[in-house]
Amino acid sequence: MTKEELQKIAREVRKDIVKMIYDAGSGHPAGSLGMADLVTALYFAILNHDPKNPNWDERDRLFLSNGHICPVVYSAMQRAGYFPSSELKKLRKLGSSLQGHPERTKLAGIESTSGPLGEGLAQAAGYALSARMDEKHFRVYVVCSDGEHDEGNHWEAVMFANKYKLSNLTLFVDRNQIQSDGPTEEIMPLNPLKEKYQAFGWNALEIDGHDFEEIINAVNNARSKYQKPTVIICNVIAGKGVSFMEDNYKWHAKKISKEELDLALKELK
Amino acid sequence: MIVKEEKLTTKIFSKDLEEKPTRDGFGGGIVEAAEKNKDIVALTADLKDSTRLTEFANKFPERFFDVGVAEQALVTIASGIANYGKIPFVTSFAVFSPGRNWEQIRTSICLNNVPVKIVGTHAGLNVGADGATHQSLEDISLMRVLPNMVVISPCDSEEARKATIEAAKTKEPTYIRFTRAKFPVITTQKTPFKIGRAETLWHSKSPQVAIIATGPMVYEALKAAKELDKKGIETLVVNCHTIKPLDIRLILNAAKITGALVTVEEHQIIGGLGSAVSETLSKNFPFPIEFVGVKDTFGESGTKDQLFKKHGLTKEGIIEATKNVIARKSS
Ligand SMILES: Cc1ncc(C[n+]2csc(CCOP(=O)(O)OP(=O)(O)O)c2C)c(N)n1
Ligand SMILES: [Mg+2]
Repeated sequence: MTKEELQKIAREVRKDIVKMIYDAGSGHPAGSLGMADLVTALYFAILNHDPKNPNWDERDRLFLSNGHICPVVYSAMQRAGYFPSSELKKLRKLGSSLQGHPERTKLAGIESTSGPLGEGLAQAAGYALSARMDEKHFRVYVVCSDGEHDEGNHWEAVMFANKYKLSNLTLFVDRNQIQSDGPTEEIMPLNPLKEKYQAFGWNALEIDGHDFEEIINAVNNARSKYQKPTVIICNVIAGKGVSFMEDNYKWHAKKISKEELDLALKELK
Repeated sequence: MIVKEEKLTTKIFSKDLEEKPTRDGFGGGIVEAAEKNKDIVALTADLKDSTRLTEFANKFPERFFDVGVAEQALVTIASGIANYGKIPFVTSFAVFSPGRNWEQIRTSICLNNVPVKIVGTHAGLNVGADGATHQSLEDISLMRVLPNMVVISPCDSEEARKATIEAAKTKEPTYIRFTRAKFPVITTQKTPFKIGRAETLWHSKSPQVAIIATGPMVYEALKAAKELDKKGIETLVVNCHTIKPLDIRLILNAAKITGALVTVEEHQIIGGLGSAVSETLSKNFPFPIEFVGVKDTFGESGTKDQLFKKHGLTKEGIIEATKNVIARKSS
């Protein structure tokens, strides 16, 4: 798929996100919008998967650790063909397969339930370890947020993945610089993040998470590494695409009004 | 009949009854407590506004600390602060604290016996759209099982305010659970509140059943009592805001008068109020009890009202349980 085609899909994904959160009456716009390019790249250019056969044994696995940004994943999954578009309107509603935070037992294609932060990398590491034991060739991808780096559980897994040299594991960090109470560097400073991962033994890359070429190159670099897990720190703009949400932690979790929806959709045209 | 001495709001069954999230009562209560006691400090795990610490943080910036999204650090840092001699309140969503950090609470707070005050907001199904991962239905069980821990589940925002102020005065490790959603404010400033003492809010002349409720379900229980009264079924309604230590005397007395009990909670029956009451009762008399609460399942996305209906956490659910327990009593 060309860069232009991917950009076009990502724009539609962003529209889905604001519409879905508007319909639901609650949700997490900033994180979801910021990751639209990366998640589009995953579903349309990176993952080896079959939307019509979500349990295909050889598929690449994607673990979404920061489950609150699930609207971006639901939209990309829908556009890739996992389920009909009518489902998107049911986000966060009673009986829906699109739970407010994604659940493994409710939607085929969701590898693990998430929402409680800091648990995703460890689960993916356990999965990647098992896959290697059985000489499986698929790759295990994880998306986690910068805020999740406040959790000890995450760093415990960082050390584990290094110890067992999990080169089949690739971690994308949603480095949007915000969390619930404010900018990450004010709430709990993380910098220098790349150097931290290097000190922990990882192959660490840092990219513009809105640039499809950089994303694909980084993934190829990760695939070619032996003996090391790879982290790809994706510098992204929280709320990307909707000017009044961009770089603003107040849009971490917030409902979208009708006026805001119209404005957002106009900007995303 | 509503018990006069309880000084509940006169608007109790009217349409314009005020509604507030009980976490609002915490936000006000901790500011009041901190104005009187400079040893009170507050820590949050990246949820200042959601747990209603914004006013405290603005008024007492030198006594407010954000540890980031790190609930295990939250309670262990607080343990050190309490060990030193201050009174830390620590806030997060109940699923994460006291959910994620249970062993740290067990050892560093309860076994050490230091006065950390654990504030769990977004407890219960009323969380709504966020779904099962965020709906804490196990926190009462988790905290109740710990030696030295006091467990409080206020019925409305006014009681939440009082519970916060009273908890700030004690030396015990304390857990208080609060709601995200709005619920009717039924108590007033004059309504009595003492940790460990349950209050009888409704007393018919010759009650056949005692309904023991906690948290926001107390109001549903009162509505059920009123409707049952019209049908000639007489009840007692007890606001059991402190689940540990349980007001054993009052509950045994209510059981003796009525011979049948219904417990009501927005929590798993297993390990919750239902368990606490039946453990107490089975030691003393064999009485029929019915349990209204979540029956060993997780929640899901939906509105508060949809979820309450699905799990029978309604006036209708309480009425049904009351009729069932009466039937069992006479059989
Ligand atoms: C263990 C845990 N603690 C607290 C929360 C509540 N919470 C949800 S998102 C969030 C902020 C996390 O930062 P980040 O993921 O970087 O936020 P974003 O960039 O999406 O705004 C918090 C504290 C949670 N979901 N899990
Ligand atoms: Mg972030």
